[in-house]
Amino acid sequence: MISMAGALNLALRDAMAADPAVHLLGEDIGTLGGVFRVTDGLAAEFGEDRCTDTPLAEAGILGTATGMAMYGLRPVVEMQFDAFAYPAFEQLVSHVSRMRNRTRGALPLPLTVRIPYGGGIGGVEHHSDSSETYYMATPGLHVATPATVTDAYGLLRQAIASDDPVVFLEPKRLYWAKDELRPDAPPFGQAVLRRPGRDATLLTYGPALTVCLEAAEAARSRGFDLGVLDLRTLVPFDDETVCAEVRRTGRAVVVHEATGFAGPGAEIAARVTERCFHHLAAPVLRVTGFDIPYPPPMLERHHLPDVDRVLDAVTRLQWEEA
Amino acid sequence: MTVLERPATSLLPEPEPYRVLGTSAEPEPGLWTRLYRELVRGRRFNEQTTALTRQGRLAVYPSSTGQEACQVGAALSLGPRDWLFPSYRDTLAAVARGLDPVAALGLLRGDWHTGYDPRAHRIAPLCTPLATQLPHAVGLARAARLRGDDTVALALVGDGGTSEGDFHEALNFAAVWRAPVVFLVQNNRYAISVPLSRQTAAPSIAHKGVGYGMPGRLVDGMDAPAVHRVLTEALARARAGEGPTLVEARTYRFDAHTNADDAGRYREEAEVADWRARDPLTLLGSELRARGLLTGDVEEEAAQAAERLAAGLRAALGADPPLSAADLFAHVYASPTPQLREQAASLAEVTR
Ligand SMILES: Cc1ncc(C[n+]2csc(CCOP(=O)(O)OP(=O)(O)O)c2C)c(N)n1
Repeated sequence: MISMAGALNLALRDAMAADPAVHLLGEDIGTLGGVFRVTDGLAAEFGEDRCTDTPLAEAGILGTATGMAMYGLRPVVEMQFDAFAYPAFEQLVSHVSRMRNRTRGALPLPLTVRIPYGGGIGGVEHHSDSSETYYMATPGLHVATPATVTDAYGLLRQAIASDDPVVFLEPKRLYWAKDELRPDAPPFGQAVLRRPGRDATLLTYGPALTVCLEAAEAARSRGFDLGVLDLRTLVPFDDETVCAEVRRTGRAVVVHEATGFAGPGAEIAARVTERCFHHLAAPVLRVTGFDIPYPPPMLERHHLPDVDRVLDAVTRLQWEEA
Repeated sequence: MTVLERPATSLLPEPEPYRVLGTSAEPEPGLWTRLYRELVRGRRFNEQTTALTRQGRLAVYPSSTGQEACQVGAALSLGPRDWLFPSYRDTLAAVARGLDPVAALGLLRGDWHTGYDPRAHRIAPLCTPLATQLPHAVGLARAARLRGDDTVALALVGDGGTSEGDFHEALNFAAVWRAPVVFLVQNNRYAISVPLSRQTAAPSIAHKGVGYGMPGRLVDGMDAPAVHRVLTEALARARAGEGPTLVEARTYRFDAHTNADDAGRYREEAEVADWRARDPLTLLGSELRARGLLTGDVEEEAAQAAERLAAGLRAALGADPPLSAADLFAHVYASPTPQLREQAASLAEVTR
């Protein structure tokens, strides 16, 4: 058994051992091992040139990592928290995501940006954002988010090996969840059915996976057999698996922590509707964070999708007409 | 710790812009005539490109007329393994370094964002978001040093760009890492319409170096041998592992910000005339002539090279470039996502 933080640490260690081009940059990632200890021991093992505490400046971190990637290195950047990645947004949008495209493929950027994200850890203001919407809306970036220990390891290794830039979103509240680490994580871009179900499909990813699995369990006693699909990567998006599942059940609810308006759920609901309209028995519903700035820790439980809100949405899937 | 490792005064720029022309400096005939030839070509490049832009052959052209000594001085100071990080105004620096002019103008012509392979030429894409190329130069320089290469990066930025956060972050990272990088600020006194006094209250831009722990140098940006000398020294210093240098070149753009700008709204003709009197071409040409170093052959050859460049531009830019809408989807990712494949197919369907 290993924690998600431990699996991520192992992925970094193995990637660094396998490829001397892999360099880590971030704040407090050296001596301290990162505020979440994901880089624990790596500076000692690989030296400070490979696991570097940078000056405190996120645009500078990502901007210099971009230059390192231009020279052929394979940088992995750690942003300390979701909301502290915003200073790096310009570098990400104006350069990292476009370098391959603007040079007609001459200058690919193999670069991974790790970002601890999401709420549920009692964080004060600016420590709990779900910022995936911004990254998903930026062409040229891959966006991955593991919800299991096996994916934490497997997807991170794949992200680092990728010749495209990857925003790697790590659900903070799952950092200490322990599980068996299997060596066979499915490839990037493939959604995975975490629980089969006949009546409706919960489409989710990252920190909300646990909530959906609990909701599916609770729904059994109410007579609903719910499937749970873990998207794993938001870009590329696995239309094929998503649509196959939804066509089978005819009903879907998208569940995520990010705010709902123009959020990932809006895109997913539109895609499912465009592709599976004649198989749908009800509109695709969404259970998301509300359209509010992330709330203070003592109120965050109202904002985060929970079992009750998921079950409430499931009961609104027009069963009487079925 | 109260004792400074290095006295701050050792990092301060010279009180007056460093000059070579009109001083007792030893002439370097070979270098000076090379610089002269490139200045002549550069001026012709700027004028021809502006003319072609007026004819609609380019989307826009930010000319570097007046700034040729900086452009050419920068290009000629670089070694073959060094990298150049240009901004949108620095097409000429790329051309003077040897890049095919049509490829260099790709961004401004608009048939693709970057018309050349940056790695093959060691010239980063011309960068439009101000100062955002500076941290790239720092990272690339650091990567080269980590690999044990003696590559140095030279990054170009305007005076307005020094107000951006990326300027600060790049200089700070460079100094902390002692990265082999040189920053050249072409201070042409205006950021579009806004004069330098609204960008900074610093005594000079070069003074900003001391705050990062790197030397600042001030050079006459109309004096090509001076620009070349200061950059060569800074590059050598970087190559020797002594860290970054901030160089401020005092210069002026004779033309408007771009062909689309009206400079009459923010600067006086008299000011322009004063600076035209310090034209970098005339300055170097007169000095060469006064010293008997400008033979008819040199002038002839420079003029011919300039005309060849201009004729090549007219021919290449006069023709329409090959364009393919399918290219839009080809290089977004290493291989297109299923969504991009669908979109490419649907576009092909409606444009069939
Ligand atoms: C981040 C950013 N903000 C604004 C602009 C629009 N813009 C283009 S050039 C320019 C002026 C820049 O002046 P300066 O840095 O002095 O360089 P110069 O154009 O004089 O060479 C502005 C405001 C931009 N390109 N990037």
